[in-house]
Amino acid sequence: MSGSHNDVGATQAHSSLAHDLHGDHGHGHDDHGGASHGSFRSYLTGFILSVILTAIPFWLVMGDVLGNATTTAIVIMLFAAAQIVVHMIYFLHMNTRSEGGWSMMALIFTVVIVVIMLAGSLWVMYHLNSNMMPMAPGNHPM
Amino acid sequence: MSKATAHQTDGGVPVFHVFEDKEVHHPGDSTMLGFWMYLMSDCLIFAVLFATYGVLGRNYAAGPSGADLFDLKLVAVNTAMLLFSSITYGFAMLAMEKGRKAAVQGWLVVTALFGLAFLSIELYEFHHMIAEGATPMRSAFLSSFFTLVGTHGLHVTFGLIWLTVLLVQVGQRGLIPENRRRLMCLSMFWHFLDVIWIGVFTFVYLMGVLK
Repeated sequence: MSGSHNDVGATQAHSSLAHDLHGDHGHGHDDHGGASHGSFRSYLTGFILSVILTAIPFWLVMGDVLGNATTTAIVIMLFAAAQIVVHMIYFLHMNTRSEGGWSMMALIFTVVIVVIMLAGSLWVMYHLNSNMMPMAPGNHPM
Repeated sequence: MSKATAHQTDGGVPVFHVFEDKEVHHPGDSTMLGFWMYLMSDCLIFAVLFATYGVLGRNYAAGPSGADLFDLKLVAVNTAMLLFSSITYGFAMLAMEKGRKAAVQGWLVVTALFGLAFLSIELYEFHHMIAEGATPMRSAFLSSFFTLVGTHGLHVTFGLIWLTVLLVQVGQRGLIPENRRRLMCLSMFWHFLDVIWIGVFTFVYLMGVLK
């Protein structure tokens, strides 16, 4: 893509003003290396995959297909994880090259923190609950 | 980014000169990475809310549970709205790359309508729940539910405001580099909200109705 595309709004005075303000920097956003914006095909692929990965969990839960709550929970969590990856790749255009790899580094760091926080909270609170004195109804002191 | 030189003066005090490299400053160069950092920190906010919901989500205080309250058909429609708005925003970005201003505006309007539909359905759901007595004050489950889902809804609201502002900007100034940069930031924000919604409908709604 070259500077010619920026001339769409050239009928307006603002456009030339913007070009003046930025001197020779007339070629917009595509010069910072690596941040691809996908194509029609990739957006459509992402969309179709997302629809499939959304529809199956809803079908599993609403139709009670597997008949077991724990199995269903694990399966729909796997579908959610898969769909998040699909969104990252096809909609957010994540790859190891964009911004010299720093986007991916930030993402990995965040995922590590999120996993520690979620798993830690659930683990600690689960043990707290199971170690608490059982409080059956009618068993209150008083 | 900038060169700094130092040289000694007679009194022995170093004097620094900083020369800005004019051609190095490209707007949008580091903005995308910076905005990605913001999204990651926003992700941590949602992680905290998810953890809170994970801990408190089954404390019903003898009140209604997710199975009693959630209407999965409505949630499925809502999910579809957000997914449609994601792909229409993608089409707006493709139109932007081709420099077609009218198409960008058209797809942005479609995206805004889907976003508005999502918000309306969510507000209808909240209203319905509160009318039934399932207010945030009812139980720990409902407090954490309204905080998590409400925070996401608030993000969508601000995304819609941002989108409206950009529609005006693009209308007045065209697809200048600044507006392209802004559109790309909002694109990341919008798709990010869809990613968060995957977590919401899986952990809160679908797992909420499982016995």
